[in-house]
Amino acid sequence: MAVASLPRAKRRKRSSFGQDNLVGYLFIGPWLVAFFLFTFIPIAVSLALSFTDYNVLSNSGEFIGLDNFQRMFFEDRRYARSVNATLKYVVFAVPLRLVFALGVAMLLNTWRRGVGVYRAAFYAPSIVGGSIAVAVMWREIFGNDGLVNFTLNLLGIEGPNWLGRPETAIWTLIILAAWQFGSPMLIFLAGLKNIPKHLYESAEIDGANAFQRFLRITLPMLTPIIFFNLIMQLISGFMVFTQAFIVTQGRPLDTTLFYALYVYRRAFELNEMGYASAMAWVMLMVIALLTALVFRSSSYWVHYESDEGPT
Amino acid sequence: MAAVNSPARSVLRPPTPWHQQPLARSLLYHGLVATAALIMLYPILWLVGSSFKPPDEIWTNQTAILPIEPYPQNYPNGWAGFGGISFATFYRNSLFYATLGTLLSVSASTVVAYGFARVRFHGRRLWFAIMLLTLMLPTQVQIIPQYIVFKQLGWLNTFYPLLLPRIGGSAFFIFMIIQFIRSIPVDLDEAAMIDGASKVGIFLRVILPQLTPAIITAAIFSFYWTWDEFLVPLIYLNSPELYLVSLALRTFSDPSGQTDWGAIFAMSALSLLPVFVIFISFQRYLVEGISTTGLKG
Repeated sequence: MAVASLPRAKRRKRSSFGQDNLVGYLFIGPWLVAFFLFTFIPIAVSLALSFTDYNVLSNSGEFIGLDNFQRMFFEDRRYARSVNATLKYVVFAVPLRLVFALGVAMLLNTWRRGVGVYRAAFYAPSIVGGSIAVAVMWREIFGNDGLVNFTLNLLGIEGPNWLGRPETAIWTLIILAAWQFGSPMLIFLAGLKNIPKHLYESAEIDGANAFQRFLRITLPMLTPIIFFNLIMQLISGFMVFTQAFIVTQGRPLDTTLFYALYVYRRAFELNEMGYASAMAWVMLMVIALLTALVFRSSSYWVHYESDEGPT
Repeated sequence: MAAVNSPARSVLRPPTPWHQQPLARSLLYHGLVATAALIMLYPILWLVGSSFKPPDEIWTNQTAILPIEPYPQNYPNGWAGFGGISFATFYRNSLFYATLGTLLSVSASTVVAYGFARVRFHGRRLWFAIMLLTLMLPTQVQIIPQYIVFKQLGWLNTFYPLLLPRIGGSAFFIFMIIQFIRSIPVDLDEAAMIDGASKVGIFLRVILPQLTPAIITAAIFSFYWTWDEFLVPLIYLNSPELYLVSLALRTFSDPSGQTDWGAIFAMSALSLLPVFVIFISFQRYLVEGISTTGLKG
């Protein structure tokens, strides 16, 4: 095509990309309207609510300054426990999930027969993982006389009351999270396929063993993907709700009272929407801060190829 | 390759260790990976198997996947539901919501994605950045004010609060489809432009036909995220006639009320069926969707 051979700058000019404000805003209009109605305004209202004692039932909503935050950070013991539970969950569940995802992706990064079936099998738990069905099943599996304890019993071990003990309950949820590594696995798999073969070939000629090749080639080449997966998993880790709501209901002793669950309890069971809004806003700030930190740190450990930097 | 197999060579070279021979390696690989895959699938298979176990077997033959004596009666028992409402109602509600919700989300996302990917307008970069930021927003900051307003409007126990926020599409799908559109050569747009096509014409006749894989991928994800949705329906749908399958399962499996585990397993397994059917029929699209549009660029 003649057009293709023209210099880029010239091509730009005569290409279809002239300014077209009206058409542009017509196309993104639906999103823009929904953004203002259902995201921007609610977030602003939520901020305003966080300085009030608004309660849906009593309809008070008086301005109380920073009292909600004072109560959250210094008086509410359950809040502290909920922060603890959430942090513990994120610190263990996110790395576990990423390690499994990368490990399995490397195993499946081959052209052997049957890989498609394996990939589907490893991904299957993730497509059902968010469902109530799986949460209900998990509650049964770790129940007092559930599958896990039944199996342990066959081996002559008396299993603990997994869901009832403060030390073990959160682990049932961490295992549930680790079991669902499908999405990051698929993303890792795509990334592994993009690493040029010649890098491995020349490393092999230089006498690098499998572990060195992993450390020097695979890991650095994957850092942009690790970065992406880390951010996505961190965010979803902080928002975990359904599993705790069904499997442990925040018990025992609030050891699984995850942040999102506690916000829900305050807002929709106790109707303290002012206080709950303050909590939600703190969550928003923490997620924003954490994401910013990961982004800032990325220049130290994320490796972009010079010719295709971030766009 | 005759030289390699000749007796002279094999005398000169030490024999290859067993674990490096192709057949042994292949066996080792498949043995290891297949075992791991089975462990991953075990809970799901176990759930399906248990849903066919008679009441006494559920506790005595617990570890096995297959029942000794299949007991399909669990399904009609569970289907009867609770409070005089059968699962037929819950499935109807879920299908209605998941279908309409997906349709709304995906069609809006496609239109918006085209705007971001192919039209230049003032503020495009800013709005795009804001859209990406909304991906990180916890639902909790939006849901409380939304609830207050929807309650004022008298829309509790209706589907409006669940469907209306979808009219703008979903940031995740918009982003995914944008990535996909970017991989379509602009030459095609330009050719259509020279032929006198408008932006809308280019969208409908040039871009849209090529978006099928991206749209299918988005639709699959949207369908099963909607199918599994729990928090938002939990807040807005309080009367059992409106329950989605997810809400119904939660009530149905309440340990304080229900002890018929066979029926609970049966309804749990059944609720996973639509998701699995879609997953198996569209697996190729899914994997390609995640791999090609999830990260590139």
